[in-house]
Amino acid sequence: MGLLDQKFENSNIVITSMDNLLNWARLSSLWGMQFGLACCAIEMMATGASHYDLDRFGTFFRGTPRQSDVMIVAGTVTLKMASRIKVLYDQMSEPRYVISMGSCSNCGGPYWEHGYHVLKGVDRIIPVDVYVPGCPPRPEALMEGLLKLQEKIRTESLVKKKSA
Amino acid sequence: MTAQEILESLKARFGDAVLDAKVEGVPDPWVKIAPARLKEVCLFLRDDGEMQFDLLMCLSGMDYRGGKLGVVYHCDSTVKHHRIVLKTEVTDADPHVASVESVWKTANWHEREAFDMYGIVFEGHPDLRRILMPDDWKGFPLRKDYQVPEFYNGMKVPY
Repeated sequence: MGLLDQKFENSNIVITSMDNLLNWARLSSLWGMQFGLACCAIEMMATGASHYDLDRFGTFFRGTPRQSDVMIVAGTVTLKMASRIKVLYDQMSEPRYVISMGSCSNCGGPYWEHGYHVLKGVDRIIPVDVYVPGCPPRPEALMEGLLKLQEKIRTESLVKKKSA
Repeated sequence: MTAQEILESLKARFGDAVLDAKVEGVPDPWVKIAPARLKEVCLFLRDDGEMQFDLLMCLSGMDYRGGKLGVVYHCDSTVKHHRIVLKTEVTDADPHVASVESVWKTANWHEREAFDMYGIVFEGHPDLRRILMPDDWKGFPLRKDYQVPEFYNGMKVPY
C-alpha cells in the first residue's frame, strides 16, 4: 500500500518502475530471523506478539536463515556467539539486512570496558543497516528501526549498489 | 548445631586439617581446610548423623592476589537447618583441589566454572572442560593478573 494504491485507474493496469516494484515487495515482507541473545530478545518477542504486532508491517519470524530477509541482533554478542552469528548471516540469501538492537550489539553496552567476553559492536563482524539505541529498546523503538529500514529499502535501485 | 559446635567437631576429628576458622562476628562462619583433606571433610559433613549437610548451596573460585587462589564452599543442611562455609587455599603454581562432584552432584558445573574462570584444577572431576568461555580460549579471565587479549579469532576484543 502507499506506493501503488494511487496508481490504479479504471483499466486495472499499473505502471511502475522495476525498482519501485521490487522495493515495495521487499520492504513489505521483511521476514526476521528468529533468534535472541539477551534481554533485548524479550522486547523483540513483545514486539512480535499481539500487543505490538509486527505482523502489520509484514514482519514475522522464521526459524531458518534461508527464509529470512532481516537479522535482528537482539542482545549481547559474546565472542563465543559472534562466530555463530557470522555463519547465520552468511547463510541468509541476498538481499539481506541487519538491525542491531540495543546498546550491547551497537557498541558493547555496559560491557564496553571490562567485558573480556563481549564483542564491542556486532558491526565488527557483519554490516549493520539500522542501529536501534536503548537498553533494552522499547517495542516502539524497534518498530521505528524497522520502519527506518523500510525507508532505506525504498530508495534502493537495481543499478545502484544496495545500502549495506 | 551452632557453628562453634561444628568447628569443635571438625577439630576433634580432623585435627591439623583445620587450618583456620572464624565463627563469631561474621554473617557466614567459616572453616579453612587443607586442600588435601577437603574431600574427606566434605564426606564427613554430608554423611555424619549430626551434620547431614545435604546441600552445597554454592561453590566459588577466588583470587586472593599474590599467587593465592581459593575455593569457597557454602554448605547447608535442609534437615538440621545449620550452615557452614568451607574455605581452602592453593597457589597458582599448583592449583589442585580434590573434586567434590562425587559428594554433591551440584558441584559438577560449579567446579567447571571455577576452572574456566580461575584455572583451578579439580582432581577427580569426571568432565573438567570450560563451561562458559569458548573451548579454545587462552587464560583465566577472573584472575586478578589477567590481561584481555587484543584479538580472539580475528575479532578485536578491547573497545
